[in-house]
Formats: sequence, C-alpha cells, structure tokens
Amino acid sequence: MPQEPPNDGMSRRELFKLIGLTAGSAAMYQAMTSLGYAAESGYKGPIKLEGDPKGASVLILGAGLAGLTAALELRQAGYKVKVLEFNSRAGGRNWSLRGGDTYTELGGATQKCEFDEGLYLNPGPWRIPYHHNGLLDYCKRLGVKLEPFQQLNHNAFLHSSKAFGGKPQRIRAFKTDFQGHTSELLAKVVKKGQLDDVVTKEDREVLLQALRSWGALDKDYTYKAGDLTAEFRGYDKDPGGGLGAEPVPGQIIGLSDIVQSRLWRSLTSFALYEFQTTMFQPVGGMGRIGEAFAKQVGDLITYNARVTKIDQNDKGVTVTYEDAKRPGAMQTASADWCVCTIPLTILSQIDIKVGAAMQAAIGAVPYASSVKVGLQFKRRFWEEDELIFGGISYTDLPIRQISYPSTDYNTTGKGVLLGCYTWDGANSYEFTAMSPEERIKRVVEYGTQIHPQYAREFENGISVAWHRSPFTLGCAGDWTDEGRKQHYDNLCQIDGRIVLAGEHASYIPAWQEGAILSSLDAIGRLHKRVLQG
Amino acid sequence: MRFGVFLMSLSVLATTSIALAEPPAATLSPGFKFTEQTGETLYANVCQACHMSKGEGAVGAGRYPALANNESLKAGGYPIYAVLHGQKGMSPFGRMLSDDQVVAVVNYVRTHFGNNYTDAVTAQDVKDAR
Repeated sequence: MPQEPPNDGMSRRELFKLIGLTAGSAAMYQAMTSLGYAAESGYKGPIKLEGDPKGASVLILGAGLAGLTAALELRQAGYKVKVLEFNSRAGGRNWSLRGGDTYTELGGATQKCEFDEGLYLNPGPWRIPYHHNGLLDYCKRLGVKLEPFQQLNHNAFLHSSKAFGGKPQRIRAFKTDFQGHTSELLAKVVKKGQLDDVVTKEDREVLLQALRSWGALDKDYTYKAGDLTAEFRGYDKDPGGGLGAEPVPGQIIGLSDIVQSRLWRSLTSFALYEFQTTMFQPVGGMGRIGEAFAKQVGDLITYNARVTKIDQNDKGVTVTYEDAKRPGAMQTASADWCVCTIPLTILSQIDIKVGAAMQAAIGAVPYASSVKVGLQFKRRFWEEDELIFGGISYTDLPIRQISYPSTDYNTTGKGVLLGCYTWDGANSYEFTAMSPEERIKRVVEYGTQIHPQYAREFENGISVAWHRSPFTLGCAGDWTDEGRKQHYDNLCQIDGRIVLAGEHASYIPAWQEGAILSSLDAIGRLHKRVLQG
Repeated sequence: MRFGVFLMSLSVLATTSIALAEPPAATLSPGFKFTEQTGETLYANVCQACHMSKGEGAVGAGRYPALANNESLKAGGYPIYAVLHGQKGMSPFGRMLSDDQVVAVVNYVRTHFGNNYTDAVTAQDVKDAR
C-alpha cells in the first residue's frame, strides 16, 4: 500500500521519515503513536452479538470484506440478511486476477489475463501485517492458508536513475554502508566529547561499543572495506570451498554518494510498523479470502446490483438498484436496517436519505490513485540470475517498485512480477490515462533499466488502474487530518437506520483490517440499537 | 498504437512534420507534481484518466461526468474549484498543479469537446480560488 510522494508537500509519512532520520526510531514511534498510527489494531476476538434480534432484517450494500464480515456475523446472530453487490463476484478489492480472468475498466478496455496456471496479480491488497489480527482471525476461521510475504529482501535493489550511473544497489550493501558511515560519524563526535552535555560518562563507553557493533566499525571506530564489513554487506566474491575459495570483500560506498543518491528514502519502507516482518499473503492469491467468505455467505448475495437510491423512514430502509447486466431494469429491496459499505466516491453520487452531517462526510473524502501492473516472464530470472527470492526493489522510476513473488521459490518455470505499483502522485494519474497495453509497454521499458532480462523474458501482462475501476472509482479513502477532524465521526455514526462501514470508515484506510474493524464496530453498535427496540 | 511516438524527443517532435501529425506522447512526470504545461497535454495525461479521451466520461457503479457539451463549465470558477479542491469522486489536484497549469487545462476543457466558453480564466482566478 501507501508510498510517500517522492518530493513536494509533507505527507504524514514524509513527516515520520524526517522525524525518524533526525531523531531516531524511538522518537518516530512516539510521534506515530501520538498521531494514532501505531496502536494495535483493536481486534478483541470474535464479535459477540448477544441477545435476540427477533427476526430483524439487515440489507448490506457491497460484498467486499466489510460487507462480507457483516453478513457472516449478523446472520450468525439471528438476523435476516441480504447483500447487494455491483460486481459479479464477492470480495471487492480483495481480488486476484488469474489466467483466464477478464477485466473491463471504465472506458471499456477489456483485458484478458493470460498468466499460466497458479500465477496471479493481486490488484488491490497484497500483504497482511502480523498485527492485523482481525483479518488474520477471519483467515484462520475460514481456513484461508497463509504464507510469509517478503517485504524486506536484503538482496533486492535500491535504484535511482540519477545515482550510481543508474546501476541498482543491493539493499544489504547500501544499508550496511549507510549505517556504518553514520555510526562512524557519531562515534567521532562522542569520542571528541562533543556530546558530553547529553551523554553521561557511564553511557559514553557503552555507546561507543554499541556504535561499533551496529555500524561494523573497526577497533579505531572507522568504517572501511574489509572482512568485517563484508560479513554484513556481502562480498564481491563469496567465500567458497577448495582451491581459490578465498572471499573478496567489496568496496564500500562513500558517505557523500550515499547521502546524495537519496536511496535511503526507500529504507523506511522496511522500517515502518505496518511493513515490518512477519507479513503474510494467502496461498494462491489475496482473493482467496473473499472467496472463502463467499463460501459461507454467498447464498445471501445478489450480484450485478447497481444501487441507485437509498431511502429510509422510521420503519425501515428501501434500496433501489438496477441489474448491471440489464440497464434500466430497476428493483427494490427493503429491510429494517442497512449496513452500507459502498465506496464514498460512489456513495457520494447516490441519492441517499441521511442527515446533512453524514451527507457532508460522504462527499468529503478523496480517494487515492493507484496503479498496479503484473508481468509474466518465461523464467524466474530474478532468482536464477540475481538470487532475489521475494521482496521488493524500490526505484525513482515511474514504476516505483518491483515486487518478486513470495511463493514457489527456487522452482523452474514462469513467474509473475508486480512490475509497477504507484500510489498517488503524478505518475499514478498518467499511467491511468493510458490504455492498458500502453501501461504494460511502458512498465516493461522502465523495468528493463533494472533487470535487462525483461527484454528477452517478458511474455504478457495485465494492469489495473484504480481510478478506472468500475466498482470503486479510486483506490482507497485518502483522508487528510483536517477532513478527519471535521467528518470522521459523522461518517461513522448511525444515521436513523443506516450505518456505513469500510476501510474509509477506519483509521487504517486502504488496509483490509480497516474494513473489518469498521464493520465489526458498525454492526456492534447497530445490534445494540436493535436490541433497544 | 496511440502513443507510437513516445520515444521521440520533444525537439524532434517540434521539427518533424510527420511527428507533429501524431497525437502528443504520453508523459510520465519525474516527481510528485505534473510537468505537462499545455491544456492539451494536461488533459491527455491527467483528466483523461477518468473523463476519457473525448471528454465522454464513464459509468460504472458510479460515474465520471462527461465534460463534453457540459453546461456546468459555463462559469469558469466551477472547474477551477473542482480541479484545485476536488469533490465527491474527484481528486484534488491543487498541490500537483501550478496556477498556470490549472489555467491551461481549464481553458482547454472549456473550449474543446463541444464546449465554446471563450472567456478565458486567468492565473489570478486560480490564485484566488486556492
């Protein structure tokens, strides 16, 4: 998910980065906590909706993870449940594109996924932090098998078109050198006594030991190429066996080159709480979660239902919808209560009877722009040629990152890379404005700068630009702090007989955990209201 | 292929009559902000993402309104506001575009796709609406 804009404008993440760089990770964590980012997800185990709803009915709009969670739990609690879904499948943004699937984006372009069996692209969410315990619990309950998702692979690349002559740098080497140089600098000033006003005499010696250990410094507190640093950053020639097996340590990168390359910006993508190990992915694609939910509650879902109006009075809710396959064929569905998970980009255009405060909130949340492109290659050259097993390479090119599959390691045969993943910024819109074929063509061209093998090994690709997604018109709620202050509570409150849920009604937007926690909170409050009569 | 000339540099485009006959190349800006300057290129690389190549808009679960023959564009202040601040399904672009870029794209949309509003907006109008 989110990446930071590469320059301009201080996003929340830019701010964290700055705090992290100038004050260290403890200060960063403290800042994040006080801004509400790093708290635990708040999941308290399976929801208990105790008490008899006495046959009350609930109409759920949207069969993404928020809607599916509500459907599962409310039926369990004794409600009569019905779900209306725009797509012809369940899951919403929880979705995997596999060989044989077709996808038609707004504007009418249809792509057929030509991946080989077992290969897929997750156009939406693709990784699960270990602390998203609500989502993890549903995976457990629904029997969705997980495997580790590699966020950090020390042998993947950091790449800048403007540094090191465009030559990609191994994360292990860059990170070790960055750490080594900064440790050496800090050790220097500590030894000179220049920090004596903030470092006590007792701490001084221990701090120097720590810097030596952390930075791979020699006995003189110097960071320099040699056997010691090679043990961290890797070798030009790895140690081997038999004759001529002696290792050759590599040269280190100079401090100025490190700083000026700005490659250090990408290191935060591994340090942030939401990206820390262990991360997970479902075996076979993220879409397995929506599919598993649909096995449980699929019988409740009406597909191809395009909601056009949401009305309510003191007796119940009536929703008008159109059969998306037969435009003009209008139908209505009624229930005592409504859980609406429709993305705000769409809900803001629907005639919905709610108070002015909720109405304003619905119209106040822009959606992030994001583009993903999956590329199938004839062979897993990143493993065979470059020893990159999973993980992500980051670049300043418009493709922003290349992610290597976290599954089927060390096998022969084909593989699919995530060849582009933009998040906001100019390139996201620019890629969206292109035809799907053009996106793929450009992504392959850019990727070739990092992996020249692209040119020979590329077979086919598929792209999803979220602002052209017919069922979301954008990627995810992109709240500003001011917007949240003004509208968030109004968005989440129950309005008459309607309550909203989804990642947009959470403090972890764009994450599936946000959708689930929002849904559980909404139905918990709704249930209380129902029992009150 | 629509963007068949994208490898050609701008200087080549400017001096080659054949290239000039081609549609403008798709741009990928080097930073967070858009670098396209003309109304035409801004439209083709930004607005077109949602409002489509002929300003026809699109319909899914929700819709992107057509900009073609759109009477809401009559008052120049409205598209300026929408571009800067966004509304409903539309993203705000104020942080990603200069005043001059907003002027260029608003005037372009108001004089193309069947629209003929010739009272051009100015950089001052944009500045005032920020």
